[in-house]
Amino acid sequence: MSTRPLLEVRALTTVLDRPGGAVPVINSVSFDVGRGERVAIVGESGSGKSTTALSMIGLLPRGLRHQAGQVLLDGLDITELRGEQMQAVRGRRVGVVFQDPLHSLDPVVTIGVQIAAVARKHEPQLRRREVQERVVELLSDVGFASPAEFMGRYPHQLSGGMRQRAMIAASLAGRPELLIADEPTSALDVTVQAQIIDLLERLSEGRGLAVVLITHDLGLVAGFAHRTVVMYGGTVVEVGATAELFRRPLHPYTEGLLACAPRIDGPLDELLVAIPGNPPTVASLPAGCTFAPRCPKVHDRCSAQRPELQSWQGAAVACHLVEKGVRS
Amino acid sequence: MSPVPLLDVHGLVKDFVVRRKKLRAVDNVSFDISSGETLALVGESGSGKSTAALCATLLEKPTGGSVRFDGTDMVAAKPSIRRRLRRDIQFVFQDPSSSLDPRMTVEEIVREPLDIHRVGTPDERRQRAMKLLDRVGIDPAAAQRRPASLSGGQRQRIGIARALALRPKLIVCDEPVSALDVSVRAQIINLLVELRAQESLSYLFIAHDLAVVRHIADRVAVLYLGTIVETGSKAEVFGRPAHPYTAALLSAVPSAEPDRTLERIVLGGDPPSPFDRPEGCVFQQRCWRADELCRRQRPALVEFRPGQQTACHHPIDDPGATT
Repeated sequence: MSTRPLLEVRALTTVLDRPGGAVPVINSVSFDVGRGERVAIVGESGSGKSTTALSMIGLLPRGLRHQAGQVLLDGLDITELRGEQMQAVRGRRVGVVFQDPLHSLDPVVTIGVQIAAVARKHEPQLRRREVQERVVELLSDVGFASPAEFMGRYPHQLSGGMRQRAMIAASLAGRPELLIADEPTSALDVTVQAQIIDLLERLSEGRGLAVVLITHDLGLVAGFAHRTVVMYGGTVVEVGATAELFRRPLHPYTEGLLACAPRIDGPLDELLVAIPGNPPTVASLPAGCTFAPRCPKVHDRCSAQRPELQSWQGAAVACHLVEKGVRS
Repeated sequence: MSPVPLLDVHGLVKDFVVRRKKLRAVDNVSFDISSGETLALVGESGSGKSTAALCATLLEKPTGGSVRFDGTDMVAAKPSIRRRLRRDIQFVFQDPSSSLDPRMTVEEIVREPLDIHRVGTPDERRQRAMKLLDRVGIDPAAAQRRPASLSGGQRQRIGIARALALRPKLIVCDEPVSALDVSVRAQIINLLVELRAQESLSYLFIAHDLAVVRHIADRVAVLYLGTIVETGSKAEVFGRPAHPYTAALLSAVPSAEPDRTLERIVLGGDPPSPFDRPEGCVFQQRCWRADELCRRQRPALVEFRPGQQTACHHPIDDPGATT
């Protein structure tokens, strides 16, 4: 087998077409996902994390346009694919799960029929019985104790957690190598959220499935992802092994994000270390480093020149301070 | 020892009728809040935490139970008296973009409660509004803007300024930071903590996020299916949870610490619907400690340790033994 990563995102840039000209929503985003690897993309609203996911699978909403960069799946640039070709990749090789399964599932078709349709689309040669077996297997894999019973249910008859599990089953019906999960648990209660993350981890281990988890919740990432990509203002500011990134964040934004999150255990101070200001919007991106206006360590160069993402002790970070070797 | 609590809620019950079926959203809930204190009602969706808060402030009429605010029986009070008492109770909601009138300017939004209650002269009201904006960290230059042109965090600051306008004694905060970005959340939590001390406020804080609650509450009441399953001081409930549901809820909170000390308990199933409340303990279907007794008889909320009450036949005694 090749040692090449399963997925290579290279300098991906997606723009929003506005009357005054195109503005970048994500700017030169790069990262890799290895086979069976779990990678988290973490960011706040406007960070570009979801646009990155949608760009990767060619599902950009109207107004957004792929401008530059590549998404290489096993070396094949899937941003070049159109229509049928793209559909053969999406679902078959890359499964997708969104935040709200109620919007992704067809309300008038039973769960079993929807999952069967995905399997049949990607493997038309499957016989009827094989499709049925696949559906039962998938539903039991995602934790339905009696799959036969759930196959006949409609989405509205299921709870939020069950719906999300059904959605995951459907996204796996084409037996993809990569699953992209965009905020899959944000609409769920915390105890159900724990179930879904647990499930994704189990599926990833059991099937050698690579997972890209997109989330705003750093806490979800800690126990789940091998590597973490931190995004801010449409750019990748830091990439690193998750445990290392949490223990020793390199970028001031990552550091601030970790410090300002309320904690469930550990020492308790009444006041949190807040990051001042607000995350930037697409329309108000600063010229230099996107974090410069809120950064406690800002200096002249930061507002003049945007730092490039570069390797630093096994991780990668986009910060002028790290370049200068101030942080080592 | 303790003086009369600011808010004293006893045996609160709220039934709704949905498609001819009776649904008990709040079942025999009691709590109190002293002056300057923060009580958090925590629970997942359908736990009844928001309904309990609405009934406790008489915004929803409770089906049963008593509510005393500042020593006055709110349920029995005449509407005029109730209205006067309500000035002392204000609200901050989850989504500031839907709770602020989009057509009003920021100054008008903050001034409106003062206008309605005709507090001082129009000039004094304007000054007070500007002072409040400054107090919550909004640039006076933004006073003539409308909410749509502001960020989520700024809008929530305005919601807080409006709630402060009538100098209330109690603010009900219903998920005040859940709609905000992580980096902005901390700013608002800090603001609420500072205001409580400076304006001598009490908070009834409703939240599903236990990490947020840990930073702001003095005492906590954990709700499940309309009933309080555990209540006590923050230190006890977070440090030594006695009810299995509390323990599971705490362990399910995603934590950004790679070396977290809490053991994870993943519950099976979903929070049940209030339409099919089980006989016996409300939590039995998802509880790993449940036995015959739990299925037969609902446990009462009783003192487990000083300052900590739990409704469980098999409470967790040793903090290590969560399984």
